Order: sequence, then structure tokens, then C-alpha cells
Amino acid sequence: MSKTSGSMKGHMGPMGGPGAHGSFEKPKDMKGTFGRLLKFMKPYRKGLICVILLVLLSTVFNTLAPRVLGLATNQIDIGFRSENGVDFGAVMQILILLGCIYLLAATFNYLQQFIMSGVSQKTMYDIRTAVDQKIRRLPLNYFDTNTFGDVLSRVTNDVDTVSTSLQQSITQLVSSVITIVMILIMMFSISPLLSIIGLITLPFSLLVSIGVVKKSQGFFRGQQQSLGDLNGFVEEMYTGHNVIKAYGKEEDTIGRFEEINDRLYRNGWKAQFVSSIIMPAIGFLGNVGYILVTVVGAIMVISGRLLVGDIQSMIQYLRQFNQPINQTANIANILQSTAAAAERIFAFLDEKEEPADKANAIVPKDAKGEIEFSHVRFGYTPERVLIKDLSLKVEEGHKVAIVGPTGAGKTTLVNLLLRFYDINSGQITIDGVDIMDMKRTDLRSMIGMVLQDTWLFKGTIMENIRYGRLNATDEEVYQAAKSAHADKFIRSLPDGYQFVLNEDASNISQGQRQLLTIARAIISNPTILILDEATSSVDTRTEVRIQKAMNNLMKDRTSFIIAHRLSTIRDADTILVLNDGDIVETGTHQQLLALGGFYANLYNSQFAQNNQA
Amino acid sequence: MKKMLPHLKPYLLQILAVVVLVFVSVIADLSLPNFLSNIINYGVAEGNTGYILSTGGLMLFFALISIVATIISGFLSAKVSMGFGKKLRSVVFNQVEKFSLSEFDQFGTASLITRTTNDITQIQQFVMIFLRIILMAPIIAIGGILMAYRKSPQMSNIIFVSIPILIILIMIIAKLAMPLSKSMQKKLDRVNLVMREKLTGIRVIRAFNTEDHEKERFEQANRDLTTTAMKMQRTMALLMPALMVTLNLTTVALVWLGAVQVNIGSMMVGDIIALVQYVMQIMMSFTMMSMIFIMYPRAAASAERINQVTDTVPTIQNKANAICGTTLKGQVEFRNVTFTYPHAEQPALHDISFATHPGETTAIIGSTGSGKSTLINLIPRFYDVDSGSILVDGIDVREYDQQALRAKIGYVPQKATLFKGTIGGNIRYGKNDATDEEIEYASKIAQSNDFIMEKEHRYDSDISQGATNVSGGQKQRLSIARAIVRRPEIYIFDDSFSALDFKTDSQLRAALKNETKNAAVIIVAQRVSTIMDADQIIVLDSGEMVGIGTHHELLENCDVYKEIVSSQLSSEEMQ
Repeated sequence: MSKTSGSMKGHMGPMGGPGAHGSFEKPKDMKGTFGRLLKFMKPYRKGLICVILLVLLSTVFNTLAPRVLGLATNQIDIGFRSENGVDFGAVMQILILLGCIYLLAATFNYLQQFIMSGVSQKTMYDIRTAVDQKIRRLPLNYFDTNTFGDVLSRVTNDVDTVSTSLQQSITQLVSSVITIVMILIMMFSISPLLSIIGLITLPFSLLVSIGVVKKSQGFFRGQQQSLGDLNGFVEEMYTGHNVIKAYGKEEDTIGRFEEINDRLYRNGWKAQFVSSIIMPAIGFLGNVGYILVTVVGAIMVISGRLLVGDIQSMIQYLRQFNQPINQTANIANILQSTAAAAERIFAFLDEKEEPADKANAIVPKDAKGEIEFSHVRFGYTPERVLIKDLSLKVEEGHKVAIVGPTGAGKTTLVNLLLRFYDINSGQITIDGVDIMDMKRTDLRSMIGMVLQDTWLFKGTIMENIRYGRLNATDEEVYQAAKSAHADKFIRSLPDGYQFVLNEDASNISQGQRQLLTIARAIISNPTILILDEATSSVDTRTEVRIQKAMNNLMKDRTSFIIAHRLSTIRDADTILVLNDGDIVETGTHQQLLALGGFYANLYNSQFAQNNQA
Repeated sequence: MKKMLPHLKPYLLQILAVVVLVFVSVIADLSLPNFLSNIINYGVAEGNTGYILSTGGLMLFFALISIVATIISGFLSAKVSMGFGKKLRSVVFNQVEKFSLSEFDQFGTASLITRTTNDITQIQQFVMIFLRIILMAPIIAIGGILMAYRKSPQMSNIIFVSIPILIILIMIIAKLAMPLSKSMQKKLDRVNLVMREKLTGIRVIRAFNTEDHEKERFEQANRDLTTTAMKMQRTMALLMPALMVTLNLTTVALVWLGAVQVNIGSMMVGDIIALVQYVMQIMMSFTMMSMIFIMYPRAAASAERINQVTDTVPTIQNKANAICGTTLKGQVEFRNVTFTYPHAEQPALHDISFATHPGETTAIIGSTGSGKSTLINLIPRFYDVDSGSILVDGIDVREYDQQALRAKIGYVPQKATLFKGTIGGNIRYGKNDATDEEIEYASKIAQSNDFIMEKEHRYDSDISQGATNVSGGQKQRLSIARAIVRRPEIYIFDDSFSALDFKTDSQLRAALKNETKNAAVIIVAQRVSTIMDADQIIVLDSGEMVGIGTHHELLENCDVYKEIVSSQLSSEEMQ
């Protein structure tokens, strides 16, 4: 709710002071960023123009009101001092005019906010969509090198920051400037001398604000720092709670907590106190102006150079003057964080994209699943070539296992085959067609995958299995689940196939999640199948059970199995042993064992232990 | 929220002082329009410049009083709110340190973190804003009404028409906006969820060509959010114009009525000017009070979450005359132990009985979810059993002083947790007064000395938060060294060798053998090779003990064990 209350509080940051917005980030190119932001708003420029016109109107009416009110008072005062008494007709006329001004100002104000909320929300919709679409076009490399928390925060927090500020700051900025100008005009039209006297305190107000903000920023930084320390400490200690308990370190931990807590307190109250000075200080200077205007104004009235109502108008203008000045200072801060947020969004939108599919892409027909890598060269970065010169041929329907130590490039082969990454040189063909000549979607539709990371989404089991092929019938889903040995456990869940998986699918076991991903791969009915460490996160007994489902899946398909545990690949047609991006050995399990080389070593390190025991 | 009040009690005097100071400053502020009307009524009307100047001086004096009072109250408010936050944080943290793992499961670690940090900050802010701003509102309202009455009781009556209108308007808009705000939060969560799933599943999405489907899912969530946010903003946008219209029309009415009064001579012009200012301030104060409707629900929700923590009585507490020392050493016995996690339907462990002896190794094996970790978490009394009993050195764990019980144990958790600091500091965590030699000795047994010596600062090398700067295997070895340095009577390893390669695993176990001659060793493991030479192996399946014995005995008589072994070893190796 906090952002909706902005119009009422204005000057209160989350910790109650200026510059309290936590980070003190500065945008690099404020002008350019706002220019781009405006481009995003271009489709809504008619609305935006309306908004600015309406802000103009409502501000003008708002600033006219005190003058008209003063006129009413003048009228009464004249009546009070004359023989004939108050001229009620004239007073009535002025008051009706005043009422109309108030009503119009409010109406314009509401209309402006109404239209602006449309403009800003639609712009935000467009930006979110742009970010979403961008994700689709980014190479996988981007996601492997950036944390998804970072991307997520751009879509949510940054877009949110920009949205809030669009809704309020732009109109506030316009209205503040107009208000200041209008008030100056009105005041000087009443009495230039009195205006100057009234505004004499203004420079002091500005100096005080700037001084206090500067002073408090240091404290706020200290507060933010110790708050960060505290949060980090709490997180670390709560995560390691079992260790703290096991080693009886509760007292010790509490002692360290109190230390940080005390530091937070000391920095915190200072920051709060110093920033709390601004309001009364500006209020005091405002009052001084008020008093000066009253006294000088009164003396001027005596000498007949001014009317009583004019003092009233002047005072109201002075009171109104403080607000836009406060606001402008605040808006400057908000605009900075907005620009910084928008900059992060735009930086994301500017990331280099995957090269587009070829225009005259070949559409593969009657895929058989014959795969050939010839002289493939690839590195994740240009400086470090991982795969130097790899060639291999996989027959239709064969089962190929890829083994090797961590970092040998096993998963890289899969990344290349699926064109998650593109090779530097050489060629990969499927049924004789270069995969670079295919559309990525056509290529990937031939291939099914089961990964170690059992990604499922919040939704029913039915939806999650059908994800493999979105137009699959219910019957096909049941069949796939049966082949995956998942049907039984699904039916034992409440609501069966309609059982809703929660976020991260934590309401079923790891083994069950794995079975669902296998069912999902089965339903996609691919020509080529890839199992990438598909069972490494389940225990071996469960693995044996899943293995049966896997065997069903691999029947009559060209399959690649990447495995850490060698027990699962003994019956592969070919085993490729990878080391440092090169194939060091090829053959069947028996052949490789007989060879007594790299594979035999690897195998024995996992199993020979037992013979010594 | 009420339950928060006792925490504010130590600050009662300061809070009272704040109330008084706010009162002083408000009254001083409110007196200015009164002086103004006097200047107009008497100074101007009688042409008395001296009076005008002296009243002006008086106004300046009052303005000074106001600023001094406000600054002092700002000082006190800052101290009170931050002090209150500090105290509350301390209370919550102390409470959480008393929690057993059962309470952690109940709340969830992430939620406990939020409750200790964000929720308290939220309430601290509420107190701050309450003391500095919201508190002012009723004082301005009351002071304003009093001042207005002094000027003209008849005319002040207009307030009793306008204020109810104002309140009704605020209530209507709040009533419309609240549900929208809630629904907006939900839709925002939905957008985040879809985006999160999209990013975590990017490989799967690309592999299955479901980009269009994903696009639609996001677009729908996005559209939903946009529509609701727009509705919500448009509703909230009503508030200010509605309030301003009410306020301003009241002014208009006031001036009209004032004109009538002035005409019959029962009022002076200056009084109208003062009244208009009073009425405006009164009505603004009501707008300020409406802030509480926005702030309060959030603060109250935070307070509620904090209360849940402070109200939770830790299930595991020391008995009145808890036992601290024993004569027996290195024995653990389970007698018909059954244990169910809170809110679970099925027991996690059912009727488990076994005993270990000094110098013996007991291994526990079984599928994921079979209850292995649960079983060993009962020994340091992280949870209490439903029925049966666990004896350590012949005494029920519930009879012990918790610290004394755990001092007997060297516990190595499944997830190797290290703390920010140095390598040496992390090992010393096991024994505060350990010498450097002891630390190095423990580290050698845990096979961690070699990689530590390769580091530039050796035992003084930094460990970052979350120990992201050491590998999984190194983390495990350091957390094993931490247990060894205590020279405990009971070693508990919860699948603590999983990230070690086979060679290090066997070297570590061989080195450990010499250290544990008089201690009980309990090992949970996935790999058969790690545990096949244990003195006894306990096979768990869905919380039941389905076998106990040596490797060879179990191969003979335990089907589950056979299944596990055959999944890992080839048939010739099983012999």
C-alpha cells in the first residue's frame, strides 16, 4: 500500500527521512534513460498530453483560489467598515466563483490521475512484455552467467519502481513547477514588497534542507550498513541453527547478535533524529515568513496600501509554497532511483541476442535420428576452447553413453546438439542436415530431454506431463505416465492427475518428480532422447526403479545418456569417455574395461573399493 | 498489535514527553492565526503599529517554542522507536535461539528470518511515524476545535457537518481500495512466480519448444496485474480530490456565514481569517489520521507474525534438575522409539530399537525419505520422541541438561554449514579453547590439512558467508574437523562423506578409526562402500527398521539391503 499513500506523505521514505531509500545509486545517463522511457510511452502520447494539460488546469485553478478567497474577505471588510453593511450579492458572487474553482480543480485533478494511471500501467505492461520477450531471444549463455535473481529483480522491483514514479513523479513535477510559477505571479500581483518579505526565508529553507540531507546521509549509510550486517547475520545463524544447537553456541551467538543490534540502534536513531530536523526547521522558517507578512502587511493596511483580504491570500500562498519545494527536492531523489532502475531494465533489453534462424531454413522430414559431429570446435568463451576437434557418428536408434570427470564437456555436447550454444567451427548434422540450417524450434522438436534438475511448475500433474506436447489428449497423458512407472503413485495422490504441485513441486518426492519429467519426455515422443544426469539426485535403490522407466523411454530412439554413476550405463551400445573436451576412449563397457585405460580407472575408483573391504 | 505494548513500557516516560511536546508545539502553532486575527481586529482597525509589532514579536516567540518542542520530540521519537526496535529484535532472536528444530520446521527458516528482520523494521517504522506524525493529528484536531470555539462557537458548528462527511469519504474509499490492494499483491506474486518458473526452467522450455505457451501464460498474468493495478490506482486517486473538495467547500460556507456574522456585528473580519485557517488544519489532521488506515494493517500483520514467534513455547526445555555428568561414556541406545513430525500423518520412525557400544561403528542406510536423518537428529535431542526412549550413556536424553548432552556429541550435519570467519575459527567452533596443534591434528584426520596448507593464509584464510569460496568436499571435511576437535564420546555423521571422492573417503575413515576407540560412531550413508565394514548396519525403509546386522548377515536376510547393494555393486563385487 505504501506507494499509493505517496500523495499524502511525500516526504517520508521507508525509514522516515530523505535519502533513506537504502541504496544511493546514481544513474549513469539520466537524460538518455528518460528519453528511452518516453519512447516507451509514445503510444500513449495523446493521454500524456491530456494529463499535462489537466495538471496545468488543475494547478492554475488551485493557485487562483486563495486570491479569490481574499477578494471575498476584502468585500466583507469593506462592508464592515462602510455605512451600508456587507454587500451580500457581491460576496455571494465571489463565493460561487470560488466554489466553482475548487470543484473544477478537483475534477481536473482526478481526471489527470485517472488518465495517468492508464498511461503508466500500460507502459509498465509493455516494458514487462518487452523483458519477457527478450528472455526468449537471449542466448542460454546469458542465463548461465547471470543469476536468475538478478533478472527477476529487473522484471519485478525495477519495473515497480519505474511504475510508481511514473504515476506520481511526472505529474508532481509538472504541478510543482506550475504551482511555484503561479504562486509567484499571484503574490507579486498583490504586493511585490510583501512577496519579497515573505520569500526572504526561502533561501534559508533550501540551505537547511540541503545541509540536513547531507548530514543525515552519512548516518543513513551507517544504518543501512548495520541493517545489512544484521540481516546477513540472522540469515547465517538461522540457516546454521542445527550446528549452533549441536555445539551449544546459543549464548555466544546471542552475544554477537546484540553487538550488531546495538550498532544498528546507534546509527539508526541518529539518522532518524537528524532527518527529523528538516520538517520543524522548514516549518519554523515558514512561520517566520508568515509573521513578517502579517506584521508588514498589517502596517501596509493601516497606510492604505493593502486590503485585509490580501494578507489572507498572501499567507495562504506562502503556506502553499513550501509544499512544492519540498516535493521537488523529493522528486529529484525519486527520479534518480527511477533512472537507475530504468537503466537496469534497458541494459537487459540491450543484451546481445541469439542470431536469428536462417530465412530459408530446412524443415526436416521423417526424422530417423542419425547424428554426426564432425570436427566440432567450441569454447564458452573465445579464450578458452573446451572442445578442440571432436568427431563422432551415432547410428539411428543407438544408445550412447557419455562419461568422464566433471568439467570434461559432457553437458556441453548436449548444449551444442540442442543449439543452446552454437559451435565455433565444424558441423553437427542430423540425418544429414546441418543443424545450423534448421529452425531452432524444428530442431528441438526432434529432441526430448530429462535433466537432473527436475523442473516442474505450479499446476496439476496433468498439466505438467502434457507440457511435453501441449496438444496431447488425457488418454495420451495416462499412457505416458504408465510407461514412466508414474501412474501408480499419481493415482495414490489426492485428486490423482489433478493433484496440484506447489511451487518447486516440493509436495512430492525427488524420485516422483523425476518420474514426472520422464513421463513428460515420453509424451513429447522425440526421435532423439537426452538423459543428462537424470538420476543423480536420487538414491541408488530408487534409481534402479526409475531405470525401468528410462529403458521404456529409450526403446527405438537414438539416446544420449550422461551419467556420473557408471552403474547405469553398462548396457549402452557405445560409451564415449570424455576428458578435457576430447574423446579419449570409445567402445562398449566390456571393451573399455579390457582396455584398462581411463574408463577402467574411473570404473574401478567407484567400485573396486568394495573388494578391499 | 496490543501485545507489542509491553515492549514499549520502558519508554513510557519518553512517550509521555513526546505527547506533551507535540501538544506544546501544536498549540504554539495554532496560536499564530489567533494572533493574526488580533493584529487585524485591533492593530489594523485602530491603526496601532506598536500593537502590531509587539504581537509580531510574540508570534516569533511562539514559533520558536514550536520548533524547539518539535526537535526535542523528534529526538525522543527517534530514540524510542529505534530502542523499541532493538529490544524487540533482541527478544525475538533470543527466543529463536531457544527453538528446537521442530519449531524451525513449523515456521520455516526463511519465514523466521523475515520475522526477525523485515517484520520488526516494519513495526519500528510504524512507531516512528506514529510518534512523529499520526500522534499530531488528534492533538491538532482537538486544539483546533478549541481555538475555533473560542473565536466563534456558532460558526465552529460547521465542523460537525464537514468532519462526518470527511470520515465517510475516507471510509468508502478505503473500503473500495483495500480488497483491490490485496488482489493486486496476489497478481504481482503471480507475475513473479511465472517469471521465476520461466527463468529456472529455461532449458526445459527451450527443449520442449513451449515458448509460445509460456508467452501466453506471462501475458495473462501481466494483463491481470495491469488491470487490477489500474483499478486500484484510480480508486485511490479519488481520495485527495474528494477530501480537497470537502475541505474547500467548508471554507466557502465559513466565509458566507462569517459575512453574515460580521454584518450583524457579532464577529470581526480577522476572526473569519483565523477560523478559515483553523478549520483547514482540523480537516487536514483528519486526513493525516487516515494514514493510520494504510499503515496499521501492515504493522498489525507484522506484529501478528512476531507474536507467533514470541508466543511459541519451545517444545524442548531442560528439566528442573537436569543431569550434567555421567559415569558411562560412548553409549547410545534406542528403545522402541516412534517419532512423528508435527502435523504429519504418518510417523517418520516407527518402533526403532538398537544399541551401540564404545569403539563400535553403527551405520544407517536406506532410500531417501526413509528416516535416516530423522533418526540421528533425535540423539542430540533436536526433536523429542512420541514414545519409547533414547538413552545416552544409560540416561534418557530428556533428563539431561541440553548443553551437557550435546557436549558429548560431535555432530556433522548433512548440509555442511560453515560460518563467516576463518578456517581455523570454524574448526575451533567445536572447542573454544582448542590449541593450534589440536586444530591441525583434527584437520589432518579430517583430510583437510593438505588443502588448507595450500592456501595463502592457511588456517587464517577467510570463509565467506555461505562458505561459497570452498568446494563442497572441502566444506564437508572442515565440518568433520570441527566435530573431531571436540574429542566427543559420540560421533554422528549425517551422510557427511557424500561429496568426498572414494579415496579421500576411505583415508578419512581409516584415520578416524584410531580416534574413536572409546567412542560411539553413527554414520548415515548412501554409498554401500562407505558402510560395509561397520560393526552393525541398520536398514531403514519408510521409517521401519527392516534389518540390522553386518554386511554379510544382511546380504543373507534383508531384501531391501540386497536391493540397495545390487543397485550399486556388480554381482561379482557383492560376494
